[in-house]
Amino acid sequence: MSNKTINRREFFSFLSVGWITFAAATGGMLSLVFRFLYPNVVFEPAMDFVAGAPADFDDGVDERWKNVFGVWMYKNEGRVVALSNICTHLGCVPTWLPAERKFKCPCHGSGYYPNGINFEGPAPRPLERYKVSLDAAGQIIVDKTKVFRYEKGEWTHPDSFVTA
Amino acid sequence: MKNFLNVYTDPVYSFTFVCIAFFFMIKYVHIVATKKFGIGLMLSTLIMFILCFMDPTFTKNFYITNDNVPIIFLVFLLAWTTWFALYQGVRNDNRIANGLPPLEGTPENREKVWAWPNLVYTELFAIILGTVFLIAWSVFFKAPLEEPANPTWAPNPAKAPWYFLGLQEMLVYFDPWLAGVLLPGLIIVGLIAIPYIDMNPKGNGYYTFAERKFAIITYLFSWLVLWNFLIIIGTVFRGPNWSFYGPFEVWDTHKVVAANNVNISEMLWINTLGVKLPSNIFVREIAGILMTLAYLVLFPIFLTKKIFNFNGLLGKICNGGFLGQRYLKSLGWARYALLIFLVLMMLTLPIKMYMRWLINLKYIVFMPEFEFNI
Repeated sequence: MSNKTINRREFFSFLSVGWITFAAATGGMLSLVFRFLYPNVVFEPAMDFVAGAPADFDDGVDERWKNVFGVWMYKNEGRVVALSNICTHLGCVPTWLPAERKFKCPCHGSGYYPNGINFEGPAPRPLERYKVSLDAAGQIIVDKTKVFRYEKGEWTHPDSFVTA
Repeated sequence: MKNFLNVYTDPVYSFTFVCIAFFFMIKYVHIVATKKFGIGLMLSTLIMFILCFMDPTFTKNFYITNDNVPIIFLVFLLAWTTWFALYQGVRNDNRIANGLPPLEGTPENREKVWAWPNLVYTELFAIILGTVFLIAWSVFFKAPLEEPANPTWAPNPAKAPWYFLGLQEMLVYFDPWLAGVLLPGLIIVGLIAIPYIDMNPKGNGYYTFAERKFAIITYLFSWLVLWNFLIIIGTVFRGPNWSFYGPFEVWDTHKVVAANNVNISEMLWINTLGVKLPSNIFVREIAGILMTLAYLVLFPIFLTKKIFNFNGLLGKICNGGFLGQRYLKSLGWARYALLIFLVLMMLTLPIKMYMRWLINLKYIVFMPEFEFNI
């Protein structure tokens, strides 16, 4: 052990250098992490898509966009809506059971009617609906960035359905 | 017999059976903690298990996921460790009752040895043997790898890693904020808090049952019944759509299970009073809010007061003898409040499970507007 001592002023200058270095390294590191929040390429389906004309859909649940965009189209009483396929309990993907005419979640057993209303299991609220609109050619545009929630009374909103 | 097991392994029934079995295990602990009982239980379970494997459906269900093999192995290990701890505890209790020191306190057992090499060598060999076992295991049983994850599709049933299946089973009865965040958090906080709550100086350095009854019973109930039994249910008895499937039942995706549930608010306003749900959500949920407050605030106070004069176990609880006054006095109000809060939160699980089974209750307080459901 050396007997060399440093005085209070020297100690604080060392300490300052240390803290500045530490802060700079941490900041640089965090800036790198921040960069990764914005990837160059995103391998995800687009948030909006053309689903086809309202006349293309039969009454009931249609699964044609489920595997690509995660959306069930549901037509009833002349209205077409886009149902989210994310369970409102904990975000699993329910299965459409045509024979039972219900959506059933494989994770905790929540069940929904074809229109998205929850009726069994622990799900606290109905499936969310996405914004749908008609383009100039009469095709349905589904916009997943805007959701309509039943318990907030949003299913009567004109953007939440299209009339066939 | 197979039909009997298919029906009564349903948690609706088997949870009660396991609770009763737990009660008898504690009540007759001096019989359970004998070598005869331990060997008899182990042998009878093994024989029953071998008999079960004669059934092709059971064998097929069992091997659907390879996880089941180590899990069942761990169940036997769990039974062994529980029995062994009780055995050592009861043995010491008998010695203490006869005026002898506990076995760990005898002069020949008080001799001390060095951690190096005695302990470290044992650990080294345990590590080597464990690694050999795992390598052999991975050679003989292939890992059940599946295709890359797809955000628009989930396997049916979708099961968590086996050690989380108790939590997944819990989520069937609760909102994800409670069963996924609050209760697991309280388990960890509660385990950390044990040394601060537990003022009992006995059982320090030796096994005992009689001197630490409350601590051991509370812990074993939550560990064996509320955690491990739910893991077993989630592992073995849950099939497609997270429905219950008996051990000898074929997994049929189209099995119809009535799971229609109602909230307390609907029971009060629609079913009992026959009116529409009030539009103000606090008025709508008033019954559930009052019940929750009564359970978490009034009940702990009630436990400390002497209001009724009952005899026996009921008297012990209601006259403030069991949990209330005795623990309030010995622990002080802060520790008592923490203890009773943790115990009550633990008991919400069986309470909610029974309410689901008996009255099809969904949520006590139901406010999806705020993502707040109890």
